[in-house]
Amino acid sequence: MSPSDDSSQQGPDAAGEPPAPSDPLAPSDPLAPKAAPDDSPLLTARGIRKSFGDNEVLRSIDLDVRRGEVVVLIGPSGSGKTTVLRSLNGLETPDGGTISFAGGPELDFAKPLPKGARFALRDRSAMVFQQHNLFPHMTVLQNVIEGPQRVQRVPKAQAIAEASALLDRVGLAEKRDAYPFELSGGQQQRVGIVRALALKPDLLLFDEPTSALDPELVGEVLSVIKELADEGWTMVVVTHELGFARQAADEVLFMDGGVVVERGAPGDIFTKPTEERTRRFLDRILRPMD
Amino acid sequence: MASGWQLFLESFWPIVWGGLSGTIPLALASFVIGLVIALAVALARLSKNRVLSAIGRFYVSVIRGTPLLVQLFVIFYGLPAVGVVIDPWPSAIAAFSLNVGGYAAEIIRAAILSVPKGQWEAGYTIGMSNATTLRRIILPQAARVSVPPLSNTFISLVKDTSLASLILVTELFRVSQEIAAFTQDFMLLYLEAALIYWLFCLALSSGQNALERRLDRYVAQ
Ligand SMILES: Nc1ncnc2c1ncn2[C@@H]1O[C@H](COP(=O)(O)OP(=O)(O)OP(=O)(O)O)[C@@H](O)[C@H]1O
Ligand SMILES: [Mg+2]
Repeated sequence: MSPSDDSSQQGPDAAGEPPAPSDPLAPSDPLAPKAAPDDSPLLTARGIRKSFGDNEVLRSIDLDVRRGEVVVLIGPSGSGKTTVLRSLNGLETPDGGTISFAGGPELDFAKPLPKGARFALRDRSAMVFQQHNLFPHMTVLQNVIEGPQRVQRVPKAQAIAEASALLDRVGLAEKRDAYPFELSGGQQQRVGIVRALALKPDLLLFDEPTSALDPELVGEVLSVIKELADEGWTMVVVTHELGFARQAADEVLFMDGGVVVERGAPGDIFTKPTEERTRRFLDRILRPMD
Repeated sequence: MASGWQLFLESFWPIVWGGLSGTIPLALASFVIGLVIALAVALARLSKNRVLSAIGRFYVSVIRGTPLLVQLFVIFYGLPAVGVVIDPWPSAIAAFSLNVGGYAAEIIRAAILSVPKGQWEAGYTIGMSNATTLRRIILPQAARVSVPPLSNTFISLVKDTSLASLILVTELFRVSQEIAAFTQDFMLLYLEAALIYWLFCLALSSGQNALERRLDRYVAQ
């Protein structure tokens, strides 16, 4: 990698960087999101509906995410949380409703979708899966540069430089040439996060990123996500880690039976939920043995 | 007995040479072409397009439901009747390739299906198209899964090429037949041919084992 590569890579990033992150590594920081958190709307989803056969999984979900915001989705198993994320990422096609990203077209799922609609969604967001879904035949580095290099056509040297910096940030610099099976679950999931970050999406989607991990590995992954949140990344996180939600979330949505039952600031939802269903769910999570 | 031993030794290298210059090239060429056919047929079968997948299913059904010898004879002795005359070698390669195509298609299809759905989705989420995900993510993993069964297909093919002796291709078995016809020592020459096929297959399966051990490292958890 030549020095000129390096500076051209930083140019556009630096321009859109959030105001002085406290992190000392931040100035040349590929972790910095493309856009500054300025509270302008990034994602607007209205009336998202989805059925699998007779099973009505989502019944009119509305979701607004502003730039820099962290939205946490909680709710019992089967309530439709994963389906919401997958719809936002174009992995699932809703039966109705609209999704639009700032500066992009509004997709109306009640109508025939324009060609490439899925790609338009994936262009804006990237998903971190519960089961990391790393590519087992590629090294850590190859996993991370695959998207930038093959899809976004970033020059290889630049893709490698950015990927290395990202891996360094999550403490995996020495693992860049390892294969996924050589890593612990927590390391695998951190690579999964880096793979998503390397695409520089506007929106990060996390689907229970720690629920497949051994308890002692949960912390290292959550703290990476928390750091990203602090740095101004916009994200929607499905999780059962209420401690994380309380610390990191700007807004918490409680879903049940395919609807958003209640939404609000974490302080409000966790301490004085207005809905009975929310209260019961929180009780069950906080005191599972009672 | 001494003359038997001597005949064995004298015919050994000619028969082995028949294998190296006939059997193995025939098997290799047919296998490579057969894999290309198999991949196309497997993708057709997996396609959402009903016509394509029906064509794929029909092809596999015909190939697997008819004897290889009959397929070979249709191409070499049958086609000339409709004006298509093909030399022994190309006829043999055509028949064996089409045959491998049918059997390997099922192996490749199963291997593609064995790659977890999450791998497709991981490809999609980093922005890849279906085709790119297939090529970059799915096929490399499917290839690893299909090495053992495809190696078995190849070893079977090496033995099946003995059928080409019936359409005048000079390969391992045909060399031993020619010597036997001359010396009338059928038992000795055919056992010798069997032994040499066996040695070839032993070599191939030890190669297969080494290959599998190397690939094992990368197979999905
Ligand atoms: N591809 C599918 N085909 C059929 N049904 C599906 C499919 N995906 C999800 N479902 C059903 O949709 C409902 C909601 O699933 P979803 O995965 O969105 O829930 P969730 O809130 O993420 O649950 P969990 O906490 O268990 O992950 C469930 O009843 C599930 O069985
Ligand atoms: Mg889920």
